[in-house]
Amino acid sequence: MKTFAESQFPGRLIAVEGLDGSGKSTQIYLLKRWLEAEGIKVYFSEWNSSELVKSATSKGKKRELLTPTTFSLIHATDFADRYERHLVPLLRAGYIVLCDRYVFTAFARDVTRGCPPDWVRGNYSFACAPDLTMFFKADLDVSLRRILEGRPKLKFFEAGMDLRLSNDPYESFQIFQGRILEQYLAMTKEFHFVIIDANEPVEKQQVIVRRLVSDRIELKKFKRRSPLPLPPALRQVRKEREEEDKEEDKTA
Amino acid sequence: MNQSHRFYGHGIPRVNAGDLGGKLIVVEGADGSGRSTQIAELVNWLETSGHATVQVGLKRSTLVSEELERAQEGNVLSRTTLALFYATDFADQLENLILPALKSGFIVLADRYIYTLMARDMVRGMDEAWLKNLYGIAPEPDAVFYLSVEPQELVQRNLSKTATLDYWESGMDLGLSRNVFDSFLKYQTAMGAAFRQLEKSYHFDIIDANRSVNAVTKELRQKIGELLQEN
Repeated sequence: MKTFAESQFPGRLIAVEGLDGSGKSTQIYLLKRWLEAEGIKVYFSEWNSSELVKSATSKGKKRELLTPTTFSLIHATDFADRYERHLVPLLRAGYIVLCDRYVFTAFARDVTRGCPPDWVRGNYSFACAPDLTMFFKADLDVSLRRILEGRPKLKFFEAGMDLRLSNDPYESFQIFQGRILEQYLAMTKEFHFVIIDANEPVEKQQVIVRRLVSDRIELKKFKRRSPLPLPPALRQVRKEREEEDKEEDKTA
Repeated sequence: MNQSHRFYGHGIPRVNAGDLGGKLIVVEGADGSGRSTQIAELVNWLETSGHATVQVGLKRSTLVSEELERAQEGNVLSRTTLALFYATDFADQLENLILPALKSGFIVLADRYIYTLMARDMVRGMDEAWLKNLYGIAPEPDAVFYLSVEPQELVQRNLSKTATLDYWESGMDLGLSRNVFDSFLKYQTAMGAAFRQLEKSYHFDIIDANRSVNAVTKELRQKIGELLQEN
């Protein structure tokens, strides 16, 4: 699996992965806000959000029509639609694309549901690998507590009730999440996940995330030619930074 | 009829192909090849002879058929998305209709199967190995009849039926030609070539469907009759 950089795309793709409740969505949102404020061409894409496929997925979930195979395929369709219509053109145009979940979510979930790993991976083989994948690793009970506190009513597939692990949705959810975590951890090395300690406070994690991103990606290259207007508080910051960049360019 | 089946590839989780009885009979061919007419004839004949039948076809799933239809109207489908959307539609019918019916010893008549889907995707540049992995979920049919009709004859039949050529059956999304007539001929020729390529891996019984409806019906009945007598 080649990355977008290795496949000569001008853009770069950053993905976050982790269990529900690991705090990854908060982190990628804060990363997006920062990149936007820096005047960088950035696009955010969320798992399971294709307009084309959405109504089918929600019907399938609500009416419990999905099997492991159709669950896998409908999410692959959703991903393909976003990939072909948004991600590829944006990456060709030199955007930084942020993905809240990427193919690894399917690799972990669908295999937990009993789909053969080779089959799932084969279906997603049209996609390049992210240039950076951050895995938010929280203790299982921390993730569980975050989810179970905030949203006491668990949905059927979310709780993995289709796997008949337990008749109690809470117990089912816990077993299911535990198995997904195992799948993720088994993939860590193969797909070069950078593990972020999601037990740390939000701010501390975000500092790590931003540093990692600026170390791995030469952000200057991804700036808009004419920056978007900024709120006054940030204008001064950008001005200073641009001065610095100019200085750097001179010295280089 | 207790001869067991097998899957082309990985199959479906927790389904043992050995538990599948019945017969799976596929009729393939372009629009205008007489597929629907022949299937109606076969159902009538089989049911009269005391066989229980179930019919499946493309874009008929509860799960995604409406969404797929809507997506195709908008011309927004890229090729991978189109391929996976149809695969989802197929899988839904496979698990909800085909497999349960075979387990109960029914004769399943499929008005097109994975081969049309694979051929369409191949014509659009999808990788054959990728498609074979994807459709490794499909059970191998007991018989696949490919109703072969020359593209020129298909044009005549489609026009006499609806006075128009279908956008997708003409492959207009491929930009082969600006006009639908030329596009139809080019697309159907390419589809024929894709089927010949697939024939190297899958077994098709090619039926000359340039002939009359009755002649084709007779041949199909005879072949299916033999298949049903085998065990």
